[in-house]
Amino acid sequence: MANLTLVQAINLALVQEMEADESVVLLGEDVGLNGGVFRVTEGLAQRFGDHRVQNTPLDESGILGAAVGLAIAGMKPVPEIQFEGFLGPAYDQIVNHAARFRNRTRGAITIPMTLRVPVGGGIHAPELHSDSPEAIYTHSPGLKIVMPCTPYDAKGLLISAIRDPDPVIFFEPKRVYRAYREEVPEDEYTIPIGQAKVVSEGDDLTVVTWGASVFQCLEALDGLPEDVSVELIDLRTIDPIDTDTIAASVEKTGRCVVVHEAPMTAGLGAEISARVQERCFLHLQAPVQRVTGFDTIMPYYKLELEYMPDANRIGKGIRECLAY
Amino acid sequence: MPKNTVYETDIEFLSILDEDAQFDESLGIEDGEPILSDEQVVYLYEQMWIGRQLDEIAFKLQRSGRMGTYPQNKGQEANAAGSGFAMKKGTDWVVPCYRENIAMNLHGLPYHYILLHWMGDERGNQIPEGVLCTPISVPIGTHMLHAAGIAWSFKLRGEKDRCAITYFGDGATSEGDFHGAMNFASTLSVPVVFYCQNNQWAISVPREQQMASPTVAQKAIAYEMPRIMVDGNDIFAVYKATRDARKYCVENQTPYFIEGVTYRLGDHTTADDARRYRSEEELQQWMAKDPLIRTRKYLESRDAWNDERQLELETHARKVVDEIVNEANSIAEPTTSEIFDSMFAEIDDDLRIQRDTMRTSSIGQNPEQAGLKAQTQNA
Repeated sequence: MANLTLVQAINLALVQEMEADESVVLLGEDVGLNGGVFRVTEGLAQRFGDHRVQNTPLDESGILGAAVGLAIAGMKPVPEIQFEGFLGPAYDQIVNHAARFRNRTRGAITIPMTLRVPVGGGIHAPELHSDSPEAIYTHSPGLKIVMPCTPYDAKGLLISAIRDPDPVIFFEPKRVYRAYREEVPEDEYTIPIGQAKVVSEGDDLTVVTWGASVFQCLEALDGLPEDVSVELIDLRTIDPIDTDTIAASVEKTGRCVVVHEAPMTAGLGAEISARVQERCFLHLQAPVQRVTGFDTIMPYYKLELEYMPDANRIGKGIRECLAY
Repeated sequence: MPKNTVYETDIEFLSILDEDAQFDESLGIEDGEPILSDEQVVYLYEQMWIGRQLDEIAFKLQRSGRMGTYPQNKGQEANAAGSGFAMKKGTDWVVPCYRENIAMNLHGLPYHYILLHWMGDERGNQIPEGVLCTPISVPIGTHMLHAAGIAWSFKLRGEKDRCAITYFGDGATSEGDFHGAMNFASTLSVPVVFYCQNNQWAISVPREQQMASPTVAQKAIAYEMPRIMVDGNDIFAVYKATRDARKYCVENQTPYFIEGVTYRLGDHTTADDARRYRSEEELQQWMAKDPLIRTRKYLESRDAWNDERQLELETHARKVVDEIVNEANSIAEPTTSEIFDSMFAEIDDDLRIQRDTMRTSSIGQNPEQAGLKAQTQNA
């Protein structure tokens, strides 16, 4: 066991998968000697050589297109896009190529690729460095979307993602990168893609969230009266969504609040609300409440904390839902 | 300090068998023999003829409602045949656009797959095991990056005698991904032949509205890539350029650029009518440069072809293409479950439920949920 940050846990998973499988290669802007802008790939070029930790030209579409080619020819590429705001140019290669190859070739060509992307706000970054675009990719068939928020989950889910025979987007909440440490086993282990985690059990209300918002929710829970018992679910995997875990919880509590950083309209809160009413209609004692980012452009960092759901706003949402 | 020229370059144009079927022996003869033996030219001529026959029949299938939109390859056959023949089947990867039917077939893809694709059936892309070919790529310019990635995998695994070839049109060179692919391939230094079929038109947009540069090949200069222009309707020039490019790529582990100057004799697709935007005069000029005509004349000049053999070939080609159409038509209709089952190696519960209840329930309604079953029964 070692006491690791999120960054270190991801780094460890990369090291172990690269050691275990020669077909695993990393590519992206600055991932080589520099170790990536967040140092997630630190030391890997030195350890495995430049050819397996390849600095690429500054071309996001090129990174994903080349990764698709590598995957077609039997490699397991792990491309990195520096910030989620730069996914735009790569959208076509992700959604129209990586996500479609298995289906459009009826299984003849598959893309075992793990796209790593730092995501979300809260680190006072420049513009287009703080968005939460996970719903866009969830709406696109053929991809799996993962967003762990703890070092332990990140290691286990990244190993699962790299071993997965299909394309996975592995979102890394950058606000949590170095926020805290936890014990992470040295040995390899996997956490199945598609399984949510019940962070804390409760009977009165269910909060569903993922990514860095898990920590804002925990803070909100701390601020609630002692007689309020909230069940907190960290989805960990966004697509496929673990509806069973959510439904089992809401059937018990009868109330549900969904929290995410991304804008509200057509966000994943809407999807989760729909699933909750489909599965738990007769159990619901209140409408599903959403506490999300606003339908605005993500503000520059002076106002980013106004935009992102914080413990105060989440706490209000929980109390409103309880009071209904 | 003087002003010096720091970079100079040139672009060569290769022509061996010209439109009057004049054969340039200084370029087309090596070690006393033509670079393609008569047998090989006969073979390639037959392949081009069958390819054109397939085109004609595909056109008729579309017009009679038995196939969807189809892009004819007509007039460009020497590009696909000569280059496809120069690459190593089973070793090299072919990453096509959609006017390279012959190259795909030379590398082992049965023709009925191509018909199936245009008949709206994904199984036309279900490339058989061992055939190193990506499926027909309809979005423009995005697949060249895949070729760069495939070639990169050769380098990573130390497979020194392998190369990829990717095909695209003149219009595709306006796309960002074209430049991305050229930049990745040259920067990473990987063995891939970029073959531009410059057929002068991107649907209705002529080459001069597509780019200010007088050649496509000069775009390779920015990527420090060896390049050549060839007469794309000259089977010898295409073959020689690609053979030499492949050798260069493998020996130097770098990419190579070929611009095949050719012409789309048909419409862009069956959904297009080229008479709306280009002149009959231009079309007639290019009809005279048809690769099939000059290849036949060459063979006749060497007593390797005659009217009788031509008649035999035409009969043979009709039979072969009839069989291809029968093969495509004989394949059982696809099953609806395919669209779900091929989404992932293992499909998730959402997909499973959607698949299993699509006939019995509206999407999104889990039949297991409380109340719904009773309502359905009551309805």
